[in-house]
Amino acid sequence: MGADTSLRDRFEHGLAAPICLTWELTYACNLACTHCLSSSGRRDPLELSTSEAKALIDEIAAMQIFYINIGGGEPMIRRDFFEIVEHAVHQKVGVKFSTNGTRIDASAARRLAAIDYLDIQISIDGADAETSDRIRGAGSYAQARRAMDHLKDANFGEFKISVVMTRDNIGQLDEFQALADHYGAQLRLTRLRPSGRGVEVWESLHPTREQNRQLYEWLLEHPQVLTGDSFFHLSALGDPLDGLNLCGAGRVVCLIDPIGEVYACPFVIHDEFKAGNVRESGFAHVWRESPLFRSLREPGNPGACASCGSYDACRGGCMAAKFFTGLELTDPDPECVFGHGETALDARRVVLRPTPSPDHSKSVAVRLVSRKSLV
Amino acid sequence: MSLSTTDVFDPSARWQLSGQVSLRDEAFGALAYHHGNRRLVFLKSPELVAIVRGLSQYSSAHEAINAFVEPSSHERYVVALASLFRSELLCGR
Repeated sequence: MGADTSLRDRFEHGLAAPICLTWELTYACNLACTHCLSSSGRRDPLELSTSEAKALIDEIAAMQIFYINIGGGEPMIRRDFFEIVEHAVHQKVGVKFSTNGTRIDASAARRLAAIDYLDIQISIDGADAETSDRIRGAGSYAQARRAMDHLKDANFGEFKISVVMTRDNIGQLDEFQALADHYGAQLRLTRLRPSGRGVEVWESLHPTREQNRQLYEWLLEHPQVLTGDSFFHLSALGDPLDGLNLCGAGRVVCLIDPIGEVYACPFVIHDEFKAGNVRESGFAHVWRESPLFRSLREPGNPGACASCGSYDACRGGCMAAKFFTGLELTDPDPECVFGHGETALDARRVVLRPTPSPDHSKSVAVRLVSRKSLV
Repeated sequence: MSLSTTDVFDPSARWQLSGQVSLRDEAFGALAYHHGNRRLVFLKSPELVAIVRGLSQYSSAHEAINAFVEPSSHERYVVALASLFRSELLCGR
């Protein structure tokens, strides 16, 4: 199914509640992936307490948000992880959670398998240990595979294998599919964003133009593969990819971070895209009334893309990808399939990239080199 | 692929919204989510939402449609309900 343009126009004005609500439960993580969107590592002392988390779920249920995407950090590190998940599913708020799998042993797998309305995404970033561990750290691939084995043994059913597409792994698409088939799992591919620590590796790891074309064609041939509407910037290559094909930030998508800050999407954890905090006014109020979200629901400004015949297909691409590469939001996507983004980047003698606002990286992780701030 | 009888939507039969489905009103109509198969479906008109919500009160889908829309639109709503049936949002009663 292609994009339904009349519906897409409605979605641009925003919905009564998000469709896709991501909630990062904690900034704590036992891995230190080089492309981490949320610069996770250390727990933030101000993270929502168990009772605050439950109250937030009650509000989510009252807003009839059908499911939440839980991430982190590594969400299973929180001691109240199961308590929070069970509180949600008991109110028929489905949970889809992303994990590195390190905490899924045989007993956790059995407990997860017993919960209705729960989906699991296990992350790997290569079809072999060497490729994946370069991004996610030594031993992480083996641990993810062990988690998959445990889920299979516990008859969890169809879990998801989640992969961020990079220059190093786009050649492994068929191997990822074979791995998913081996487990009876679903493959989920998402776009590498220059967000969080990803800002440091994006330049060297984002797919080349040729690889993006290869990915686009592979996705058209494999419509069962999930993408979370991640690659809509590639729809300018021809037939639209499955999905809404629009930037949903603040319209159908948003992010709640571990300390209750609400951001326009999971890829823009930065002060510029902060809409409010659930502790101050509740989530519904932020979603409905925040001036930032209201402005994101205004018709988009095609900017430099206005004269391009493909604007209707890609809508100028991803706001976060532009922002963190130092482009204007009215510029083309840095990975514009026609190369207009590269031209826009080249045209800047000095590219001022914003500094990620909160950074919870562990000090042992690669320190970010100092960068000029936008302000 | 041949269709068995259970694959076919019969608009003269009694129907209801599946107990696994939640509806959320939106300006364009409603969102429907099936908690079992995880499908998210868009009901693109308030009339369709009214029909779907009212299905269990009528002795057939035809009757439910007649209660909410003009006869000239009838067939369009049969098609829409058949599509919801294929997504497992509707079940017989």
